[in-house]
Amino acid sequence: MTPSAATAANDARTSFDVETVRRDFPILSERVHGKRLVYLDSANTSQKPQSVLDAMDDYYRHANANIHRATHLLSERATALYEGARAKAAAFINAPDPRTIVLTKGTTDGINLVAQSYGRSVLRDGDEILITWLEHHSNIVPWQLLCEQTGARLRVAAINDAGEVELEQYSALLSPRTKIVAIGHVSNALGTINPIGEMIERAHGAGAVVLVDGAQAVPHFAVDVQSLDCDFYAFSSHKMFGPTGVGVLYGRPSLLDAMPPYQGGGDMIASVTFERTEYNVVPYKFEAGTPNIAGVAGFGAAIDYLSSIDRRGALAHEDDVLAYATERVSEIPNATIFGNARHKAGVLSFVLEGVHPHDAGTILDSEGVAVRTGQHCAQPIMDRFGITATIRASLAIYNTRDEIDVLVRALERVRGVFA
Amino acid sequence: MSDLSDLYQEVILDHNRRPRNFRALESATHRAEGYNPLCGDRLNLYVQVDGDVITDVAFQGTGCAISKASASLMTDAVKGHTVGEARELFERFHHVVTTPPDQPVEDLGKLSVLAGVREFPVRVKCASLAWHTLKAALAREQRASTE
Repeated sequence: MTPSAATAANDARTSFDVETVRRDFPILSERVHGKRLVYLDSANTSQKPQSVLDAMDDYYRHANANIHRATHLLSERATALYEGARAKAAAFINAPDPRTIVLTKGTTDGINLVAQSYGRSVLRDGDEILITWLEHHSNIVPWQLLCEQTGARLRVAAINDAGEVELEQYSALLSPRTKIVAIGHVSNALGTINPIGEMIERAHGAGAVVLVDGAQAVPHFAVDVQSLDCDFYAFSSHKMFGPTGVGVLYGRPSLLDAMPPYQGGGDMIASVTFERTEYNVVPYKFEAGTPNIAGVAGFGAAIDYLSSIDRRGALAHEDDVLAYATERVSEIPNATIFGNARHKAGVLSFVLEGVHPHDAGTILDSEGVAVRTGQHCAQPIMDRFGITATIRASLAIYNTRDEIDVLVRALERVRGVFA
Repeated sequence: MSDLSDLYQEVILDHNRRPRNFRALESATHRAEGYNPLCGDRLNLYVQVDGDVITDVAFQGTGCAISKASASLMTDAVKGHTVGEARELFERFHHVVTTPPDQPVEDLGKLSVLAGVREFPVRVKCASLAWHTLKAALAREQRASTE
């Protein structure tokens, strides 16, 4: 593999500078509808730095071959890139060993893997799965499917008006029947950061295994799966500046070893005869078929990129922009913000009275401002607050206060149209 | 993108603010629920058919300005017409909002204000939700979806 992929990001920065970061993302100079792009939809998917684009391009130009199979040099390069990214992912979340890192298609794939492999082999009729009201559909529906298959029952911990999980009710729902607890680290719709350390501890006290959906956490702050003591942690590359179609499922080694395969195919086997198949070891047991190698190469570069920036500085910057956005949007007379948790990351969800979010989204787009409008794959949260949709501005390391000013001016235009 | 004023014309803003026939119709002989899973918008449509004529039509629900105005304009447009005429109007309307913006389309009178959605592809479903729901109601299907 040519080494240029990650070098752009390798010069460690001592302090966070948003203008330097912005120059790393080519798409941020794009013009849309003749306006400067203001991208406030990173919770949906983030933009990619040059080093990630280069890593995928370099892979196809200099290393394209299948992994773990051939004896030729290109296959060696491809395998090194693929396994290198796995090792980087392990270090990124402080997992004890690269063996604990299953490379998936994304968070959804990881959650389904746990539901179908671990859940289906462990759950019995009458067992319970506990989630919270904040979950993304991808952390609801796989458990509903599992309940249909096993006779288990889905329980849901409520949230308060600020969008925080009601911890006492959460604890009250934990019992010896609770076999799996599945909780989001950060809510995609409201931005709430859950106190998952404490939630994991309480769940373990009841004897449950805990899966954390970390899709919205890893782009914002460092995650340490060993100090969290979670059993599974799933996240996606594309929300942390890497390509789509790649993700990670971290699993506690003892659990992964005992779990049956999720899908059958090539690479996940040790030997195959028509009478008997021996499965490969963890994590390969869970990686059937030729994976998204170029995407994994890009994912490795995204981890390098995040590792090269001052993440505390980046988080402080994001928090500043979020606080500024919250203040500016609150000043708009007919705006109501949903999600006022004490601990939040990167998300401002709101409605303008008398304006449907979809109409606002179209008008904002015409001003170059990209936001998401709708239910954000979290219909129960919308139902909880008695609304059908919100406007969601979501932030990443590259957003600025200036961009919030553009958003607020564009929201004034929305108000103008519907005045 | 074309000018926003093509989309948010005064007629549309007016029908959004004061939707016509925005009520339940207990005597309805046909009804259906329309749903746009993209945005969560829901629309309940009530149609009163006597013989072959749509004598009354009304709707309720939540939605964006485009879907609400489209439903409102539709109720005005089909009231007093036969079921066959309403079905034919569905086809003509559908053709207008799905024809690429650089190609000419027929004039549908007031309904033509919705032709502006052609410049905004993601909004075509908003404009057509009420019409799909009408088609479903007349076919005695209970649900219509834009998907």
